Amino acid sequence: MSMTRHVICLGKLIMIERHKMPVQDPNLRAKNFDEVSLGYTEDMAVEEAGRCLNCINKPCVSGCPVNINIPDFISKVKEKKFNDAYKIILKTSSLPAICGRVCPQENQCEKNCTMGIKYEPVAIGALERFVADTCTELNLKTEENIKEEIRTEENKSDNSTSIKHGKRKVAVIGSGPSGLACASDLNKMGYDVNVYEAMHALGGVLVYGIPEFRLPKRIVNNEINNLKKSGVHFNTNVVIGKTLSLDDLFDIGYEAVFIGTGAGLPVFMGIKGENLKGVFSANEYLTRNNLMKAYDDDSDTPIMKAKNVAVIGGGNVAMDACRTALRLGAENVFCIYRRSEVELPARKEEIKHAKEEGVKFLFLTNPIEIISYDSNTNDSGINDGKNGCVKGLKCIKMKLGDPDEKGRKRPIAMDGTEFLIDVNLVIMALGTKPNPIIKSSNPNLKFNKNSGIIIDENGFTSCKGIYAGGDAVTGSATVISAMGAGKNAAKAIDLYLSFGVNK
Amino acid sequence: MFKIVKKKKLNKFVVQMEILAPLVVKKALPGQFIILRVDDNGERIPLTIAGINKELGTVKIIFQIVGATTFKLNQKNEGDFILDFVGPLGLPTDISEVKNICIVGGGVGCAIALPVAKAFHDSGSKVTTVIGFRNKELVILEDEFKNISDSLVVMTDDGSYGKSGNVTIALNEMLNYGIRFDKIITIGPSIMMKYVVQTAKPYEIPVIVSMNSLMIDGTGMCGCCRLSVWENDKYVTKFACIDGPDFDGYKINFDEVISRNSIYRDYEKHVYDKTCNLFRKIDND
Repeated sequence: MSMTRHVICLGKLIMIERHKMPVQDPNLRAKNFDEVSLGYTEDMAVEEAGRCLNCINKPCVSGCPVNINIPDFISKVKEKKFNDAYKIILKTSSLPAICGRVCPQENQCEKNCTMGIKYEPVAIGALERFVADTCTELNLKTEENIKEEIRTEENKSDNSTSIKHGKRKVAVIGSGPSGLACASDLNKMGYDVNVYEAMHALGGVLVYGIPEFRLPKRIVNNEINNLKKSGVHFNTNVVIGKTLSLDDLFDIGYEAVFIGTGAGLPVFMGIKGENLKGVFSANEYLTRNNLMKAYDDDSDTPIMKAKNVAVIGGGNVAMDACRTALRLGAENVFCIYRRSEVELPARKEEIKHAKEEGVKFLFLTNPIEIISYDSNTNDSGINDGKNGCVKGLKCIKMKLGDPDEKGRKRPIAMDGTEFLIDVNLVIMALGTKPNPIIKSSNPNLKFNKNSGIIIDENGFTSCKGIYAGGDAVTGSATVISAMGAGKNAAKAIDLYLSFGVNK
Repeated sequence: MFKIVKKKKLNKFVVQMEILAPLVVKKALPGQFIILRVDDNGERIPLTIAGINKELGTVKIIFQIVGATTFKLNQKNEGDFILDFVGPLGLPTDISEVKNICIVGGGVGCAIALPVAKAFHDSGSKVTTVIGFRNKELVILEDEFKNISDSLVVMTDDGSYGKSGNVTIALNEMLNYGIRFDKIITIGPSIMMKYVVQTAKPYEIPVIVSMNSLMIDGTGMCGCCRLSVWENDKYVTKFACIDGPDFDGYKINFDEVISRNSIYRDYEKHVYDKTCNLFRKIDND
């Protein structure tokens, strides 16, 4: 181990270097689907917690979309009181083991960390993950006890409402991050909560989108099992808007509904060749592999494999697709992004991991056409089996112009710089739009021009008793912001059902 | 878990099942589909709803044993359960009043054509039905179609039953003879639907096609079922699962559809052989 350097800060002796997250060897992990990050050991966690200055203004807390009391939980880690630390996190977060893994901490809590001004910020995400894993995996029962304790405490402090609403029914649509968070909070408040999920498995994007190597399914299942044990009901294979309408839910006896249907609709570029065999939305590619376990020989679901793969986009989903392609045996995976490296929207850690594993980045590059094998089929229909398959990707070089309305520099195509990349598989990871089924089946709900449900600051939609949050409102964003929206809506639903405050 | 209440073989390769799914029954309309998953390692496959029984709460599905999933499904018997069954998905067929309609079904697609034909029959339309199969052994639902059709033509490719040839021959004859349908609805293999559209084109009769694309979720999430539809002088991408499965036949890029449907052909054959061998082994043990 390298020598650790220390510095005196606010009267404390502080370690300068932050503990690196232990990871699987890049060469090994690029061939398996096991989790890449291995998590801190207890010693590492306690030492890393010791780096927290416990500063007075706690800027990290305001950086967290659900305002976890970060310095408090970290000081419990310092004292090795991990259950107490867990309790503090659970007060504001519903899915700590998940958020510790997938939150873009560098843009949130860690971005504001005082240590980060001069040195590296405290590894808040890694510590959150450590606490959650330690408390769930070592002792699930303890966790149940902790949650029960919190419930009792909350009931004590606020028993007037919990008794008053007894077991009033609330329906939650979608079992992704926003739905789980909303269901969890409503359940704690004493409501009878039913979650409706369109797919056969629970977890939404956590199970169909985020790969096993980044977020193991057992972690998601743990969180869902905890919710089940604490009394939340789950119904799979029900598509609200198809199997049951929103009106049906009210007819069945639900008094309020939360819509957390996510951003399921993939976006395509509209370039020539996009419907060729070998072009996939990242949603499809990842769903086949994650939810349908196509990487497993025992699974009946097919997935296309190729030596050379191009992934279009620079977000977390693009990184997930690149790294999945590697693990499925691709030799060359190109991540094609129209802006430059500094604008990549993915989490820093994912970009680092992708690079280490061998993903090749082509920045300032935009696809303009997907080329197929010569599709001249003769009259008898004989072909070599490659007709309609992807042969290559024609791209053009870009340069950055003036910033757009969001402040991001606008990429501009440079004439005459077209070139061809030899790939047989193209994955479009350009973001997603809200799922259209709720929209098409409910004329009374109001939507914005991007198909997002229009809500007020409390998650209230334009319809009585109906609340919404997460990607169904914002379009594709983060797990933690969806979770925050779910929690926010839970509070509003409680107010509505307790006092008839409908906003 | 969804119980198989009834199972019946319609021919050597085609099986009909009635699945207990009361929630699906409540909403199901002709032309809509379900997605099922037989077991935990199973694929999600779409099957169009072939009928419903409101009293029993059952959904009728008809499938041809062509791949691993349908092979596994056929291993299940009355009283057994299917792991997942979700629907009704997609938009229902437009059954608004049409005086004179022609339904053209091919192979197992006839299973889907039947409830659509029945809906038109029940709404008072004059229903002409053309159903086509490869040979006599594969003919299904002839009596059921007879009951709801004002006239019925059965075609077999090899002439072993009914009239000889494919469905377009019969359709062409009728159109040639001067019969003018207000609308044609065709359901079957993509290549057949493509030629039905071509046959009807000179007579400018609207043709509705029911697309049987590959799907995973069936709710617009994966984009696997996407197809090109001609709109405002260009092809735009639509999703069969949420924008369809019914489309204006004149606007579909059929060659692309046919190509896309073959994407996993080699893989499917491999898994099918593996599954068959597995069951053969179990039978022998």
